[in-house]
Amino acid sequence: MEQKTITIALAGNPNSGKTTIFNMLTGTRQKVGNWPGVTVEKKEGRIKKFGYDLSIIDLPGTYSLTPFSIEEIVARDFILEEKPDVVINIIDASNLERSLYLATQMRELDCSKVMFALNMHDLARTRGIKIDADKLSELLDVPVVFTVGNKNEGMEALLKAAVDLAEKEKISQQKRRVQYNKDIEEAIHVLHNLIREQPAWTGLGYDLRWMAIKLLEDDNILKKRLIEKLPEKASVILNAAQAQREALTSRLDDDPEIIMTDERYGFIAGIIKEVLTTSRSQRVDISRAIDMVLTDRFLGFPIFILLIWAMFQLTFTIGAYPMDWINQAVKGLSALLAALLPGGILKELILDGIVAGVGSVIVFMPNILILFFCIALFEDTGYMARAAFLMDRIMHLIGLHGKSFIPMLMGFGCNVPAIMASRTLESEKDRILTILITPFMSCSARLPIYIVLAGTFFSHRAGSVLFGIYITGIIIAIVSGRLFRSTLLKGADAPFVMELPPYRMPMAKNLLIHMWDRSKLFLKKMGGIILVGSVVIWTLSAFPRQVTYSTDYTAAQRHVETEFGDRLEQALPGDRTVLLQEMKVRLARIDKLKQMEKSEKSWMGTIGKTIAPFFAPLGIDWRGGVALLSGFVAKEIVVSTMGVLYAADNETDALQRSLAVSGMTPLAALAMMLFVLLYVPCLATMTVIHRETASLKWTMFSICYSTLIAWLTAFVVYQGGRLLGFA
Amino acid sequence: MQLSEMKQGQLGIITRIGGNGALRRRILEMGILKGTEVYVEKYAPLKDPVELIVKGYHVSLRVEEAAQIMVDRIR
Repeated sequence: MEQKTITIALAGNPNSGKTTIFNMLTGTRQKVGNWPGVTVEKKEGRIKKFGYDLSIIDLPGTYSLTPFSIEEIVARDFILEEKPDVVINIIDASNLERSLYLATQMRELDCSKVMFALNMHDLARTRGIKIDADKLSELLDVPVVFTVGNKNEGMEALLKAAVDLAEKEKISQQKRRVQYNKDIEEAIHVLHNLIREQPAWTGLGYDLRWMAIKLLEDDNILKKRLIEKLPEKASVILNAAQAQREALTSRLDDDPEIIMTDERYGFIAGIIKEVLTTSRSQRVDISRAIDMVLTDRFLGFPIFILLIWAMFQLTFTIGAYPMDWINQAVKGLSALLAALLPGGILKELILDGIVAGVGSVIVFMPNILILFFCIALFEDTGYMARAAFLMDRIMHLIGLHGKSFIPMLMGFGCNVPAIMASRTLESEKDRILTILITPFMSCSARLPIYIVLAGTFFSHRAGSVLFGIYITGIIIAIVSGRLFRSTLLKGADAPFVMELPPYRMPMAKNLLIHMWDRSKLFLKKMGGIILVGSVVIWTLSAFPRQVTYSTDYTAAQRHVETEFGDRLEQALPGDRTVLLQEMKVRLARIDKLKQMEKSEKSWMGTIGKTIAPFFAPLGIDWRGGVALLSGFVAKEIVVSTMGVLYAADNETDALQRSLAVSGMTPLAALAMMLFVLLYVPCLATMTVIHRETASLKWTMFSICYSTLIAWLTAFVVYQGGRLLGFA
Repeated sequence: MQLSEMKQGQLGIITRIGGNGALRRRILEMGILKGTEVYVEKYAPLKDPVELIVKGYHVSLRVEEAAQIMVDRIR
């Protein structure tokens, strides 16, 4: 039998314990995705209870429903358009007054049936706050349930109350809502009547009084929707609203929305007076005491640096062990497949394309798990807000929010988790800006390339060159940040009105769910795109299958074999191992030459030669070009591609020697390092940028911008250097 | 006086909130209103932003934003 479905949306302030309650209610039966078109996370969970199918949606945490931030728009639109059966407004009981602001807006919206969960009331009680729930329920005409999310208390009662409410008939209680002053109420009345006349507008299904109030507040989203529905009549209502606004502004000496905000808080103050009793007990506020140390004038920064350092160490040092295991496992799998599969193109595709490609990405998994565990720990304890508090002054110089610091720093390790870490930023503009400049932080995979090039061409000054490269990345990030802030992502430098929530003990369940969600997303989305990308790159380098070689390498190898065969027969038994070794080296060298010609004649090589003019002004020849091109997949591949193309021997510093004689100048090497620093980090980063911005436009922009900057910087350095007389 | 002129540990009452539309409204919506008591908990180590206690919770504002808020000092 089909069970009845009830949709329940959870709304509430950030830090109200909303996510904890959501996790308690739904456990691991959650679906995490994005709200369509935006980067705000959408969480949904389905459970069966009391003979119903309950679909529970976690709305973004907001302080209000004024459509300023993307979170607020998402939350409001969901309630307006999807009309969930019940909205549970989760209220931090120790913060009742401010929490009720969102609650009054919910009541005004009058869309779904609203109820309250007074969360963390145990904490409130220890602070000497007592709330009369019955009175609150009566005053606002909503059911009220006490909960303690982190102790799993009151969850059953909460769901029961929600189901009961859903089954009750809806009655609109005008008298339980905020009443504004006479002038504003009259203006609301005028607009209300105008809206009522048009079925196209009433047909939107919004509360009419709410619409009138929003028009008085000059709500752009609602205005747009009214115009869409009935363009020919829109000017009447918009002009009327404008006239009312102007009249009110001159009479009340301030914008109506400001007065109305004030009056809502007045209404709340009245409620607070009736339901809240505080016994002023002089307790030691532990949270404040902790904060005195953690944001201390002298200790604050050292502790912050220590914690960040610890996170870095954990992510990249401890993470290196499981990374190694995964590498071994991939190698093992690849050996196993090599033994099992019959030779041929399919085997090559699976081994060199899919296993190697996907394997090179899956090794990031431990990093991501550990990093997100640390970030969840910072967020759930409340330290993240303090980190932003400490760093904001510095980050503000680039036009960024204090919280952007973490993703940018993580970028030095690996851009993929770093970009994912930008999720902690609340404003979408800040997030996109951070995502765009994070790739300029030189990740660890780029280091081997610098080491090879700097080691070869700047042997005694390699360290300084390396340092200079990293600094260049930071400078370009800062300049780009400022540039974007004043052009593409102009405007609302999001006000830094940030709550510093009390420190809390993190819950293992929340941490684990958070960590697992991230990793699942990573595995799912990465898997698909990386797979395709790896196959494409493999195809380009493995085709055409039949290459006409300039010399007969097989014959050359056979020749070596016969030559050594004769010598081996005549040699003394003791010399044989030496001779065998020598033979192997000679064979390998021929093999390398063959591989070099093969990659030169592969599609990849052809492309490399075609785009050679693109790299020529940078002093990079076609071989370097192909290596850089392969670096689109992963920077780890660049060195190995260079190894093949510059035909190095198996000895360790052989690539350096081949590079030194290849005609590359130190200046060209510097240009190439800068190019490596600045152009698109890797396929995984591109994928994650697409995932996090939820926009092909921004992804393409990021790719084009970074490649352009890379080219220009390399060009200026190479050509400028030549003009100045350096090689 | 401006809120940004108050020192750590001082208490005041808000008399006026200036500034432009969005920021001003956001500040009001967080319960930082005319007539509200505001306590300056501390300034960040780099002197910006500032941490306040309003209506029993902690909130931080940038100094330039706090400069838009006028207060009467009580103690």
